[in-house]
Amino acid sequence: MKVTLKVWRQKDQKAPGGFQIYQSPELNPNMSFLEMLDVVNEDLAGRGEDPIAFDHDCREGICGTCSLVIDGKPHGPHQGVATCQTYMRSFRNGVEIVIEPFRARPFPIIKDLVCDRKSFDRIQQAGGFISVRTGSTPDANSILIPKENSDLAMDAAQCIGCGACVAACKNASAMLFVSAKVSHFGLLPQGQPERHRRVTAMVQQMDEEGFGACTVTGSCEAVCPKSISLDFIARMNRDFAVALLKGGPKKPSSGGAG
Amino acid sequence: MATLNSNIPAGPLSSKWEKHKFTSKLINPANKRKYKIIVVGAGLAGSSASATLAELGYEVHNFVFHDSPRRAHSVAAQGGINAAKNYQNDGDSVHRLFYDTIKGGDFRSRESNVHRLAEVSVNIIDQCTAQGVPFAREYGGLLDNRSFGGAQVSRTFYARGQTGQQLLLGAYSALCRNIANGGVKSYTHAEMLDLVVVDGHARGIIVRNLQTGEITRHNADAVVLATGGYGNVFNLSTYARGSNTTAIWRAYRRGACLANPCYTQIHPTCIPVSGDYQSKLTLMSESLRNDGRVWVPKRKEDCKKDPREIAEGDRDYYLERMYSAFGNLAPRDIASRAAKTVCDEGRGIGLTGLGVYLDFSDAIRRLSEDRVRERYGNLFAMYQEITDEDAYKTPMRIYPAVHYTMGGLWVDYNLMSNISGLFVLGEANFSDHGANRLGASALMQGLADGYFVLPSTIATYLSTVKPRSRAGTDHAAFREAEENVRMLTKKLLSCNGKRTPASFHKELGKIMWDYCGMARNKKGLEKALQLLPALREEYWKNVQVLGEPNGWNQSLESAGRVADFIELGDLMCRDALEREESCGGHFREEYQYTPADPETQQGLVNPGDVKRRDDAFAHVAAWEYAGAGRAPVLNKEPLVYEEVKMSTRSYK
Repeated sequence: MKVTLKVWRQKDQKAPGGFQIYQSPELNPNMSFLEMLDVVNEDLAGRGEDPIAFDHDCREGICGTCSLVIDGKPHGPHQGVATCQTYMRSFRNGVEIVIEPFRARPFPIIKDLVCDRKSFDRIQQAGGFISVRTGSTPDANSILIPKENSDLAMDAAQCIGCGACVAACKNASAMLFVSAKVSHFGLLPQGQPERHRRVTAMVQQMDEEGFGACTVTGSCEAVCPKSISLDFIARMNRDFAVALLKGGPKKPSSGGAG
Repeated sequence: MATLNSNIPAGPLSSKWEKHKFTSKLINPANKRKYKIIVVGAGLAGSSASATLAELGYEVHNFVFHDSPRRAHSVAAQGGINAAKNYQNDGDSVHRLFYDTIKGGDFRSRESNVHRLAEVSVNIIDQCTAQGVPFAREYGGLLDNRSFGGAQVSRTFYARGQTGQQLLLGAYSALCRNIANGGVKSYTHAEMLDLVVVDGHARGIIVRNLQTGEITRHNADAVVLATGGYGNVFNLSTYARGSNTTAIWRAYRRGACLANPCYTQIHPTCIPVSGDYQSKLTLMSESLRNDGRVWVPKRKEDCKKDPREIAEGDRDYYLERMYSAFGNLAPRDIASRAAKTVCDEGRGIGLTGLGVYLDFSDAIRRLSEDRVRERYGNLFAMYQEITDEDAYKTPMRIYPAVHYTMGGLWVDYNLMSNISGLFVLGEANFSDHGANRLGASALMQGLADGYFVLPSTIATYLSTVKPRSRAGTDHAAFREAEENVRMLTKKLLSCNGKRTPASFHKELGKIMWDYCGMARNKKGLEKALQLLPALREEYWKNVQVLGEPNGWNQSLESAGRVADFIELGDLMCRDALEREESCGGHFREEYQYTPADPETQQGLVNPGDVKRRDDAFAHVAAWEYAGAGRAPVLNKEPLVYEEVKMSTRSYK
């Protein structure tokens, strides 16, 4: 099979970008989408042209590095899989495929199809953790957790931090990502002491990064490669409201000897 | 010759670690903040070490070439992590995990290190659970376990089919907490390209920023490498495309010894290769062998038939037949070699004939499809996505693929290499898995090294370094190292050849797989040692690297990595040639059991199983760089076993 690619090319963050059209060499329908790009890039290099820059690493749908908006949909045509797990058999012979980077202000473009998603790390640094020092822990089985809660926490924890939810959202909202992190910890007994402080800090950082507001259209859930549920956004909103009502933590008193 | 002092503490095996911790030097809290430590890599070992060192009060700088520490390839581990908790009351203990690991490694690992690993395994599960890692649980709220290869107990903890991601997110969250509170400074898109050694001590690194192309110098009192394995030397593997050998290879070129480079793990259950465009092989978790049965047709003529039409009596469940005690849960090296044997006999299945069946029909009959779906649903979905086949209806097709490297930089008991101040953790070092790693033990080792071992042992070294005495980045050694990196970049960009780095990588991979893969022999290795220098020579004449030194340039990144892989391939073949025995994953065809051997007649092994030669090869082969164009020097660390007796490794 062969396809025509309409690809976004952009030299760097500041340069203006635009679409370029490429004809693929002969392809095998069992190739993954990224292997197709490898083949196209080898072909471009053979002609001395700059290869198309795209992000990828594990190529088994777990590291969250690959991105791409394929024919208008982040991670391509299938539900519940990442770009790297999309295969050429999903496309008809001879079609034109439009490939763009994830587009959102908090994800500036580095080159061509590669964008910078460090804003996600900064949100996580704001509170996406349980404060536990190495070594200061009880025996693992001394913390009993009902299987239902543990399974639900695991559903949230599956998020691979790829940012497709942001790319799909008309407002570039990061609510699905943040709510998955907040819910993972909030559903577990270990996450309770910092539950309200965590949600407040992470939401605040999300806003500072310039992600937009959520209007619950569900486009994020539809493109999520791990099928993270929209329910987690409701869960986070509830936690956030409770945290607001409770107010910030009381300042520690400076009294006392010692 | 390098001096290799393993620094194994004296005393009985089971009390070495406790005693060592007590007799090691401590550093007082006010002084800790005066020491700066560079950690390269942010997988399980790198993240956990960075976070823990920062908690102790050291100034930590973490470097990773990914855009985020969370993307390091530990993320992709599927099946689980071992720990000697004995929560199943099935006879497990620290000693049993220790013994299984030593035996699994075919008696080629360091006894004291492995015992320590088994000891701290229990702390890892506590640590991760406290961080909120959502391990699988039973209805009563307790943690669940399953079995992995090479063990007859259930000691593997897991989080669906993505245990690696969940453990990494735990370590990453600890790292994030310490980045936020200022304990760790994190550098992302930052690739280490050289090690700086000042007066025999590791004192810094040279880094290229992948976004801007900027090259910078970083100094420290100690450098920790946690940069993973080098299996991508085979091009096709289960590794991430970005995984590379550059950090450890450049440290090797600065004098760090590389130990047992030929010990490679070929994982038995991966999706077979389908075409030459392929960039990646996908693992199907070893946990599937808890319920899946491996077979091929008894007769060659049945190989192209629909597997469902082959009668039970015409199937050869060869692992159950050959290794009845462990059956489908035989260790990885053994299961892989058995698959190769039946395929070599012409009984392989699929279009290429390089495949065997992993069949769940018995499990589905026994447990129901829903139960099987609950256990392995995401793996079956992944299989269907890649192959377009439904494994609930027809058996999976699998074949072995390169998965892990047991070799790595040589380290002593303190995880310090032969260069003072250079520490190596996780898959990047060599010490714990011998000639074969057991399933679910890589996660255990990465976290053991990072959370519990290094934070304690590094103090022994730092206590010998005067606080704030480290060389500045204007030192001549830094200038020289930076110049070295700039020269290399310039050289690559100015080759103006005709072949891309990817095409060289493919050729290298084929040489390595054909001559230094699942089966090796003298003739083949000698052939490879002729092909590889020629490939290297062509590389530097004919590689085509497009683009500019500044800014994002994936062609340049990969060109440097492939150049290092070609040199490493050469060293691996030398090591494989030198080791005239078979052990674990290193199978030299000349050394295998025959029907006439007493061990075969006693029923301990099968004809064709690997045959060690303890009299001549019970040692670690630590290779030392001798300069460009010179043959590397072989140093040997004898493996002295105080408690365990090196015996015939039997799984029958």
